[in-house]
Amino acid sequence: MKKILRSDIIRIVTLTLFITGFFAISISAQTAEDPIFRTDRIAIFVFLLIFSSAVLLYTNWAKKGKELFVRKIPGIAAVEEAVGRATEMGKPVLFIPGIADVEDIETIAGLSILGRVAKIVAAYGTPLSVPVRYPMVLAAGQEVVEQAYLEVNHHDAYDPDTVRYVAGEQFAYTATVNGWMMREKPAANIYMGAFFAESLLLAETGNAAGAIQIAGTARPEQLPFFIAACDYTLMGEELYAASSYLSREPLLLGGLKGQDFVKLLIIIAILIGIILALFNVGGWYNDIFNVS
Amino acid sequence: MRNTLPVIIAFLAGIAMVISFFFNPERTVLGTFQENLLQWVTIVGGFTLVLGVFSIVRVNARAVSRRSDGWFYKLATVISVFAMAIPSIMPTSANSAFGKVFYSIFPISWAGAFGTGPDSIYDWLFNYVDSPMMETMFATLAFYIASAAYRAFRARSAEATLLLITACLVMLWRVPIGEALLRGIDVRIPDYINMFVMNGFNLSVQRGIIIGAALGMASMSLRILLGIERTYMGKG
Repeated sequence: MKKILRSDIIRIVTLTLFITGFFAISISAQTAEDPIFRTDRIAIFVFLLIFSSAVLLYTNWAKKGKELFVRKIPGIAAVEEAVGRATEMGKPVLFIPGIADVEDIETIAGLSILGRVAKIVAAYGTPLSVPVRYPMVLAAGQEVVEQAYLEVNHHDAYDPDTVRYVAGEQFAYTATVNGWMMREKPAANIYMGAFFAESLLLAETGNAAGAIQIAGTARPEQLPFFIAACDYTLMGEELYAASSYLSREPLLLGGLKGQDFVKLLIIIAILIGIILALFNVGGWYNDIFNVS
Repeated sequence: MRNTLPVIIAFLAGIAMVISFFFNPERTVLGTFQENLLQWVTIVGGFTLVLGVFSIVRVNARAVSRRSDGWFYKLATVISVFAMAIPSIMPTSANSAFGKVFYSIFPISWAGAFGTGPDSIYDWLFNYVDSPMMETMFATLAFYIASAAYRAFRARSAEATLLLITACLVMLWRVPIGEALLRGIDVRIPDYINMFVMNGFNLSVQRGIIIGAALGMASMSLRILLGIERTYMGKG
């Protein structure tokens, strides 16, 4: 254990020295009138280094076989149950990877979860429907679902229209999906990604159609709607953790633990800030976190 | 190679974007690189639109040919796709080579109906069909909010009752007549709601969720950059 720790620390220190050296050279080359390096963003840079080191350290530990505990997230655990229910009822599963384009990280998180869900669906032989709003998401989604069917050796059951383009307009998309829900009555609806004003329209219609509903989004303003209308809701970071959680791959879980460690550092930083503010000496501390 | 190349591209593009955030774009090549990369995203996005049209036509045309449930709606969808697209790409004058051929067949007086300008077919369909339908869908949200609120605010437990009372107070405070009513009881009540409920409990919880989500986002980005997370490409 000590050996593992020592080699990881040496690697991180080397990497930090290399990156710091690179930036030091850049800073020395800059002039006051026309700077190359954005010194006003140095706090973000330091945070990035700490965060990356923590994630890499835990990932490395996971790779070396260290057992990592990850708390149970009921919403993610319910995905398999929901697909099982759909299989028993002989009804389809609806998966919506949000309504943003593929350049949005929430959509990528949604597509990652889609890969996991598609594997379960393919193994059970349950019909899956994935309506999308952007053609780029269509291409990525088709690739993800096809690969999932291939991996469970059910490629013959794969339908290229499982992932289908519906409409580019937000409410045209919503109207189509809502109509489909009321006609086909899916047994499980899974919403994972970026949602906007249509979140409640979708979730309420799914509720009226009698489906078990699991939602996940990182947008706090849409969370109350999903909480009110869905059976399970993944809030914020849980959306990004879902894919790792479903896979149970140590490498991916390592990233989650690294994230938790940084969260602990943030909590400590907030507490220090509160104490300093209470004694009215926190001005300098506040300036560290002020970034343009 | 099929597995490695996308990871290498993702790594290089991602690292370039991260580094360019810390440098002055005007003094380094990274600024131009970042701009070019974003333009490439738009160009690739334009090409994938063909995939989208192909998908929508194939799925709906199949349903029409099989006369499945609601096939006439699917037919309307296919017709709508072409009704919006074709007139908008037709030439609006006889200046181009395509325009000359087109207006040798059709009268030039039809030119105003094509393209995407004012009073064109596209413009008319957008303003008088598409927009009202979108607005109607958005307007129905009020009814959905009412039904969801009814379910969420049912006082079945102590927590739900607390939520119901808080929600009623906030709703009252948000409308002028409610605010006047609350001020009538005690002039400080609206300020207390703002200070304790909205800027206190509500904001602190929202910030907690935002910090967690931002860390999750950064962690996922890092996993993608390093090729640990490849499920978005159908791998892993």
